[in-house]
Amino acid sequence: MATVEKLTPEEVTAKNYPALAPVAPLLGPGHDYESISDTITSVVVEKPHPPGWFIMAAVGMCFLSLLGISTAYLFARGTGTWGVTIPIAWGFAIINFVWWIGIGHAGTLISAVLLLLRQDWRNAINRFAEAMTIFAVACAGMFPLLHLGRPWVAFFILPYPNSMGLWPQFRSPLVWDVFAISTYGSVSLLFWYIGLIPDFATCRDRAKNRFAQIAYGMASLGWRGSSRHWFRYETASMLLAGLCTPLVVSVHSIVSFDFSASQLPGWHTTIFPPYFVAGAIYAGFAMVLTMALPVRKWYKMESIITTRHIDNMAKVMLTVGLIVCYGYASELFYAWYSGSSYERFMMWNRIWAGPYRYAYWALIVCNFVVPQLLWIKSVRVNPIPLFGVCMFINVGMWLERYVIVVTSLTRDFLPSSWGTYHGTIWDWGIFAGTLGFFTVCMCLFIRFMPMVAIHEIRVTHHKNTSHGH
Amino acid sequence: MTQEATANFPVEDPTVDQQTLENLKSSVELEEVRDRLAKTSGPAYWRSLEEAAQTGAFQTYLHNEFPEQASTPTTALTRRNFLHVMGASLALAGVTSGCARQPVEKIFPYVKPPEEVIPGRATYYASASMLGGYATGVLVETHMGRPTKIEGLPGHPSSLGAADAITQASVLNMYDPDRSREVLNRGTVGTWESVVDEINGVLDSQRPSGGRGVRILTQTITSPTLGAQLKTFLARYPEAQWHQYEPVGRESVREGARLAFNQYADTQYHFDVADTVLALDADFLNAGVGHVRYAKDFAARRDVFEGDTHGEHQEAQSLNRLYAIESAPSLTGAAADHRLAVRPSHVETIARAIASGLGLPGQGTAGADLSESETRWAAAVATDLKDTAGNSVVIVGEHQPAELHALAHAMNGALANTNSEKTVEYTDSAEVRPENQLASLQSLVDDMAVGDVKMLITLDGNPLYDAPSDFNFSEAMDKVPMRVYLGLHENETARLSHWHIPAVHDLESWSDARAHDGTISLAQPSIAPLYDGKSSTELLSAMLDDIPKAGYDILREHWEAARPGINFEKFWTTSLSTGIVEGTALPTKPLRAGTQVTPSVAAERGALEAVILPDPSIYDGRFANNGWLQEAPKPLTKLTWDNAVHISPATAQAQGLGLDDLVQVTLGDLTLTEPLPVWIQPGHAADTISLHLGFGRTEVGKVGQGIGQNISSIRRSSEMNLVGNASLEKVPGSYKLARTEEHHLIEIGTISEERGLVRAFTQDEYEADDHVVTGHFHDPTHNEDPDNPVTLYDLEEKKWDGYAWGMTIDLNKCTGCNACLVACQSENNIPVVGREEVRLGREMHWIRVDRYYYGSDLDNPATHFQPVPCMQCENAHCEVVCPVAATTHSREGLNDMTYNRCIGTRYCSNNCAYKVRRFNFYNYGRTPMGQHGDRALGSKNLTKVMGEDSTHAHDNPESIKLMRNPDVTVRTRGVMEKCTYCVQRINLARQDAKRDGGEIARDGVTTACQQTCPSSAITFGDINDSESGVSKRKKSHRNYATLADLNARPRTTYLARITNPNPELEA
Repeated sequence: MATVEKLTPEEVTAKNYPALAPVAPLLGPGHDYESISDTITSVVVEKPHPPGWFIMAAVGMCFLSLLGISTAYLFARGTGTWGVTIPIAWGFAIINFVWWIGIGHAGTLISAVLLLLRQDWRNAINRFAEAMTIFAVACAGMFPLLHLGRPWVAFFILPYPNSMGLWPQFRSPLVWDVFAISTYGSVSLLFWYIGLIPDFATCRDRAKNRFAQIAYGMASLGWRGSSRHWFRYETASMLLAGLCTPLVVSVHSIVSFDFSASQLPGWHTTIFPPYFVAGAIYAGFAMVLTMALPVRKWYKMESIITTRHIDNMAKVMLTVGLIVCYGYASELFYAWYSGSSYERFMMWNRIWAGPYRYAYWALIVCNFVVPQLLWIKSVRVNPIPLFGVCMFINVGMWLERYVIVVTSLTRDFLPSSWGTYHGTIWDWGIFAGTLGFFTVCMCLFIRFMPMVAIHEIRVTHHKNTSHGH
Repeated sequence: MTQEATANFPVEDPTVDQQTLENLKSSVELEEVRDRLAKTSGPAYWRSLEEAAQTGAFQTYLHNEFPEQASTPTTALTRRNFLHVMGASLALAGVTSGCARQPVEKIFPYVKPPEEVIPGRATYYASASMLGGYATGVLVETHMGRPTKIEGLPGHPSSLGAADAITQASVLNMYDPDRSREVLNRGTVGTWESVVDEINGVLDSQRPSGGRGVRILTQTITSPTLGAQLKTFLARYPEAQWHQYEPVGRESVREGARLAFNQYADTQYHFDVADTVLALDADFLNAGVGHVRYAKDFAARRDVFEGDTHGEHQEAQSLNRLYAIESAPSLTGAAADHRLAVRPSHVETIARAIASGLGLPGQGTAGADLSESETRWAAAVATDLKDTAGNSVVIVGEHQPAELHALAHAMNGALANTNSEKTVEYTDSAEVRPENQLASLQSLVDDMAVGDVKMLITLDGNPLYDAPSDFNFSEAMDKVPMRVYLGLHENETARLSHWHIPAVHDLESWSDARAHDGTISLAQPSIAPLYDGKSSTELLSAMLDDIPKAGYDILREHWEAARPGINFEKFWTTSLSTGIVEGTALPTKPLRAGTQVTPSVAAERGALEAVILPDPSIYDGRFANNGWLQEAPKPLTKLTWDNAVHISPATAQAQGLGLDDLVQVTLGDLTLTEPLPVWIQPGHAADTISLHLGFGRTEVGKVGQGIGQNISSIRRSSEMNLVGNASLEKVPGSYKLARTEEHHLIEIGTISEERGLVRAFTQDEYEADDHVVTGHFHDPTHNEDPDNPVTLYDLEEKKWDGYAWGMTIDLNKCTGCNACLVACQSENNIPVVGREEVRLGREMHWIRVDRYYYGSDLDNPATHFQPVPCMQCENAHCEVVCPVAATTHSREGLNDMTYNRCIGTRYCSNNCAYKVRRFNFYNYGRTPMGQHGDRALGSKNLTKVMGEDSTHAHDNPESIKLMRNPDVTVRTRGVMEKCTYCVQRINLARQDAKRDGGEIARDGVTTACQQTCPSSAITFGDINDSESGVSKRKKSHRNYATLADLNARPRTTYLARITNPNPELEA
């Protein structure tokens, strides 16, 4: 590595270099290779768990039980237990599906795109974000099944050889969804697992009991840390990152086709694919921060997931949020510019005249007004206000899907067939249930897997300390 | 299986005890059997020694198993029982030679009697359905002995092939699982024999006094047979009394005729030759005797079709003109070219002004109370009536006072409408004994109250529920020591009776009755009684004859006596198979009304007046347990499952009332015990409320129990229909009425006008510009100039060879009456979902009738109806989004649904611009009628919800399953469904055509909605055949597609409404 001249800030000024803001470090002071491994693996192998973890896991378990009850009730009685009706034939299930898929996107973006772009700051959060992706996709994947009137014949949608000689109907965006989501789920899972192999080996080596040693040993697939291993590991990571990158764009684009390929005013819009992708990243980053901020605090990992990390994520969020808001503005513009009376009526109904205008304005507050606080540095680096902003964005992104799905369906072409929609207690039950599922999965992940990529943080440390060699 | 069927309806009979069977075994003597077989010339087949032996015990066994006159069944009719006995009856065919399900007596299929029932093919029987005493001819479609659908009888004068919603829904009444099944004696099961004994005991004790203490209470009777029996009864017991009472009475009609002619008379109208019609609070298109016929006749004069295929409008000249004055908006008002909404008491004032304009003397100060616009209106109407004198009709609603009816007779007389061959015709009353029924009931109540009545026999009806409240009917009835009630349900009256005899349904009984013009129908049963029911004639026979006769014998003997000296067998066969007795229409009477008509006595008038009307769906409450009717959206309000106080927007504002608010209703000095919700009805007269009968039943069955409030409880005999002084008092709380359309009033009208959903023009506008209907709207298929295309789409992209099915719906003829909706429900096994589900918007009707208000005047908007079935789009939006290809296009242009393939994503519904798709959110097809309401924890607790309708115990009752059309799949939970253009009927026609080696005949397929439409608004057929009815109509300049700009290219198109307003009244 090339030798870099070490200069103090005063020397920089003296040399008349352009003034740079001091960059916060990516790793807290006082870390060495050993302490990094200790900090991260101790969570898994020895540290007693903080009360926060137990509370989170307990609450998650409660909601997970609710998911079981709600699902059983749904299967026993039928879709009628939900608020869906004619004309609003899609409701919470689709809203939640899109919301969860969106949340998953941050993980993929962080692990794949930022890897390819050599953004080292991602190292502290990518594992966490990838785990979130997996669990979010699992949550999202439940909804298309639960949504069906006859879930027991859901396999009709798969292209399998059958005696009827029937394929799925490939023109339907719902079939594209099946491919998009299953591809996304499997690639994400693979990528996450490969990243975990060296760290499972570290856990294996540090595990205190026989069972853990065997379990981590099996999970690490015989990793010995040889340079050949590392070489193959790096190659596989880069290849998978390359595979994942188009998925960041494609998955949510395809999800958006569910809407934009239909002819409904408010759905039939060409801006949907980019607008949905931006929304997904926005929601995903908000959710990563929502989960990471408390965990970082509970496990005293501020030195690994540093202020610099959360600052960077907040900046990404602000940027993507502005893109999303540009999408909102475009929708308004296109509705007017299209000259279509249906589009104009739909938009007027959505923002002003209809019964769901409150949802629209709540969404604008959550996704546009409140996130403007992120221009302020103290908000970006201070976990408590940042957590608050993230919660607004989480809610706002859910409302965005609610507004798109519900307001367009309630009042479309024939006024005689207008309707109203309200989620029932069972709709909320299943939504809350998936939140529980997600929380429980995250808790188990924190408990049993290294939540930060150890070897990547060590690389960061290496880069920090190897200057001047 | 021949028509000579065997037995009463098979129900397992517990009275066959083991002992009998043991005796049966021991009593077989082989020698005897050989002898018997050697001698017999009877059944060629025998199944067992017992059978061959014809032992007494075997005969007893047979009788008990297949009772001719039925022992008491106590077990419910279940599928298992049904199959069990079906199997047994087939096995015993040698003995009984027939099929188990049809009546014992010979019945005659319509027109062409087939040699035998062909499995899978329907057989049609002519019969009649009774309402208010009058018969409407019906054609009963039966599958393997099960009636499944009722259609109108083409040869019947009141039907001409059409049937209204109520008539069609009566098939559901017959299969109603809540019907009475056994004779009840003071709440416990009794027998027919014991009730007959007890009645005859009382009769014997009354004989010395001439039957002074005996009363028979019936509804209106037009049946010659029953009438003759009643007369015989009265002759034998001269001091006995026969009373008639109908809650939806025709007192004013009868008394009006008496005022005008000094005698009772019926009036028949001929709208097909009427150029000008003045409806004075008369809903002749949708209610009252003969309305189906009247709708057909009226619609014949709204046909702008013949003339405009070549751009000539010669036929359009003959459009009639309808003026309507009314208080509560009706379908007739909606169909009117000019409509005036006034307080009920004001109708007569305006009518008098018009009469005075016609030159009738003695109208007093008529005109003084009229506003300027009303004066202008009255003058214009009078001029128009005079211009078309002889070809006009003045018709008055049944609820308006008798004096107004008399005035209308005078007006029709003055206009020479009553001359022979003209628009108004008088005949004798079709009723056996026309009378003032209210007075009749009053005298009964008086007698009961003082204890003069020793026995009251009530034949049908439900006076305890629907008698005027000031009669205190229940109190008086309670004083009668012997009370017998014959009826279909164990209703309020049955509960207060000592004996309740289950009645047979019209479809199960032999009877006769007159049509609106007097034509007599002979009504034959199309199924043996499901339960152990008796008809009114059978009960009377039990009282009159030494040996009680069966309904068949009573009817036949009556007619044998009435038609002596003819070939009776031929007469009988012909009359039964055609459904009518030829030449029995009542002859015209040359009556002239007096011109001097005294005005009705003005009652005390308060700030609010009230009008009490029968419910458009459930009538007077007798159909309250009918799920189809309860769920049929009331034509104007689209309300289901409830009654409400209807008020005008202006009155709502004045009283500070909003939609769904609760109010305490007071009529005169009587207040309804429970509050009613408010419905704000555009076009309602100000300062008037309208209330509907038929709700608030307390003893009715699972479907109708506790729905709405009973208006009869505050109805007084002095003001039965129009109440001078009503008041509303707002009470806290609200009640969400279950409606199938959102309540957006005019806003919706504006949007639908912009989008061109319903297109309506005046005759002048249409004549001035051929393209007025389609010109203002973008339609990619209207690509008339090839050099300047309006679309880049390839219009020839799809070729349709062979048949291409299409439909037109003429909005000029549609009255919005719901007949199509119920026809579709019956034909296609469409489930009933219940009030909760309708509130959520989950009603399942495959065809709905959209109602739009146009115009800025909330208090008198134009009302348009638009029936919406599936549009069967050529570029169907639903098809591309279905992930599993469950909805696909047929080669004939049908948008097919494959229920088995559907996984229930509901994407197709989202993408359907016309929102015609219906989803089975629950297992609607299997759970009982309308019992899905418990959707969430909101109103009921979890255990109750979980317990209900998820178990087999709550499956649909078996009797409902018997009603299903076997040609149409019953859909399960989680699948999408929608109108199929009655594909089963198309396929049946195709099979017939293939069998005969030809093509389906031109216009050879009739959809259920088209078949029943009273105004013939719907046309269906092959659009590739340029001579088919539908092709011709599609060439009309009135033809347009809704939302044509979406390029879905719907096969269902509409013919624009063309009104015929009076230029003098056009502002």
